[in-house]
Amino acid sequence: MELKRVVVTGLGALTPIGNNISEYWDGLIAGKSGAAPISYFDTEHFKTKFACEIKNFDTKAYFDRKELRRLDKFAQYAMVSSDEAIADSGIDLNNVDKYRVGVIWGAGIGGLETFQNEVMSYAKGDGKPRFNPFFIPKMIADIAPGNISIKHGFMGPNYTTVSACASSANALIDALNYIRLGYSDVIVSGGSEAAVTEAGMGGFNSMHALSTRNESPETASRPFDANRDGFVLGEGSGALILEEYEHAKARGAKIYAEVVGGGLSSDAYHMTAPHPEGQGVIAVMKNCLNNAGLKPEDVDAINTHGTSTPLGDVAELKAIKEVFGEHAKNININSTKSMTGHLLGAAGAIEAISSILAMQNGIVPPTINHSQADENIDPELNLTLNKPQKRNIKVALSNTFGFGGHNACVAFKTLE
Amino acid sequence: MSDIASRVKAIIVDKLGVDENEVVTEASFTNDLGADSLDTVELIMEFEKEFDIQIPDDQAENISTVGQAVAYIEEAK
Repeated sequence: MELKRVVVTGLGALTPIGNNISEYWDGLIAGKSGAAPISYFDTEHFKTKFACEIKNFDTKAYFDRKELRRLDKFAQYAMVSSDEAIADSGIDLNNVDKYRVGVIWGAGIGGLETFQNEVMSYAKGDGKPRFNPFFIPKMIADIAPGNISIKHGFMGPNYTTVSACASSANALIDALNYIRLGYSDVIVSGGSEAAVTEAGMGGFNSMHALSTRNESPETASRPFDANRDGFVLGEGSGALILEEYEHAKARGAKIYAEVVGGGLSSDAYHMTAPHPEGQGVIAVMKNCLNNAGLKPEDVDAINTHGTSTPLGDVAELKAIKEVFGEHAKNININSTKSMTGHLLGAAGAIEAISSILAMQNGIVPPTINHSQADENIDPELNLTLNKPQKRNIKVALSNTFGFGGHNACVAFKTLE
Repeated sequence: MSDIASRVKAIIVDKLGVDENEVVTEASFTNDLGADSLDTVELIMEFEKEFDIQIPDDQAENISTVGQAVAYIEEAK
C-alpha cells in the first residue's frame, strides 16, 4: 500500500509572545520574551515567581459564561487556536466529509487548575464529597479534542496523546500516520497546556527544574548559555491542520509545507534526567530522517527541544553532532523556548509552527538571552544566537522530549 | 416573588447563562433552559449549598422545572 502525502494547510497559535499566528511570528522574529512575574496567584512563598503567561486573553470574546464553566484553561486555549487554524485552512465546514476529519491533540497534564481547585475545595470542606459534576470532564486531558469535535462535528479519529513535553509532537506524528494510511483526509492537530498554577509551579520547583532568576524573568530562559539554570514554565496552545495532499490540492488550499516524517524513541534511562550522551535523542533524529527518506545533509534547520536546563541542552547538541557529523555546523539550530518558555504539552505544536513559518519566511528565529558560551558546547555550531538569521530552508526538524524519556522528532519540507 | 424563588432564579441565571426573563415557573431546565445532565446535577448541588439542605438523588430526579425546585426548597426549609 502506498502511503499518502500529508501537508499543512492551516495554523493557529495562542502563546506567551503573541495571541495569534501573526503576532506569534512577529514576537519570534523580534526576539521577544514572554516571561514576567506571575499574575495568577500570590507567589510570596514560591521559589520561582515568574512564568510565560498568556497575556490580554479576553475569554469573553471567545466563550459565553456557560462554556467558560465547562472548559479548563487548557481546553479554552485549544478551542481558540484550533478555531484560528481551521479558519486559516479555508476548509468549507459545510462541504467536507466530517467522518474523514479527526482531531488528535497533545496535552502533557490537562486541567491542572481544575484538579487543584476541586481537591482544595474538598480538603477545606467537612469531608462530604461535594465535587462539581464538571470536575472530571473538565480536567481529563482528552477533553480538548472532544470539545473541538463537538463544536465542529468532526467524527473521525479523536484522542489526546500524553507524553509530557513531547505530547503534541506525538499528536502530529499520529496525525501524519493516520492520514498516510488513509484513515482521515484532514486532522486538526496540535496541543495545549495551562499549568501555571500553584500546583504546577510548586511541583516543578521542587524538582529543581525551573529557573529561579527572579530578578530578571525576561532573561531567565537562556538555552545553551553558560549560566542557564532551568526552564521557564509557559502556557498556551498551537494548532496545525494536517491534510492529505490530493485533498488539499483538489480544493485549492494554501499549503505551508509537507510533513515528510516523524521519529519516535525512548531514553529508557531515568524518570526526568536526560541520557547524558543523548542516546534516545540520537535514535529519534535517525528514526525521523529514515522515516522521511532524508539524508542528514538534507537538513537546513533544527528547532531544538532546548529548554535551558544544564543537562538537557548539552545532551541534545551532542546528539545533533553525532547524527549530522560535519554537516551539523551548516545547520541553523535554535530554541524558541528562549522566548516562549516551555509550554509542556503544547511545545511540540508551537515549535513545529515556528519551523514552518521559518521555512515560509526564509528566516530562523533567534535563541535569545545568550551572553556567555558554555565550554561544553561546540562553538562551531550555529545556535542562531540573539538575532534572527536569513536562511533558505528546504528541510526543518523539530525536536521535543518529555519526562519519562519520550522523544519525538518531526520533519517538514517545502512542497515540491 | 418569594425570597426563595428569587435566589433560585439567580442561581439558574448564573449557572446556565440564560436571560432571567426565561426563568419562569414552568420552565424546564433541560427542555427550555438548555441544561444537560451535568448542568442539572450542578444546579441541585448549588440549591443544596445556597439553602443548606440535602436533596436525595431520588427526590432530585423529580425536580426538572423552576417551579418544582422552588416548591421543593420551600417545603424542605
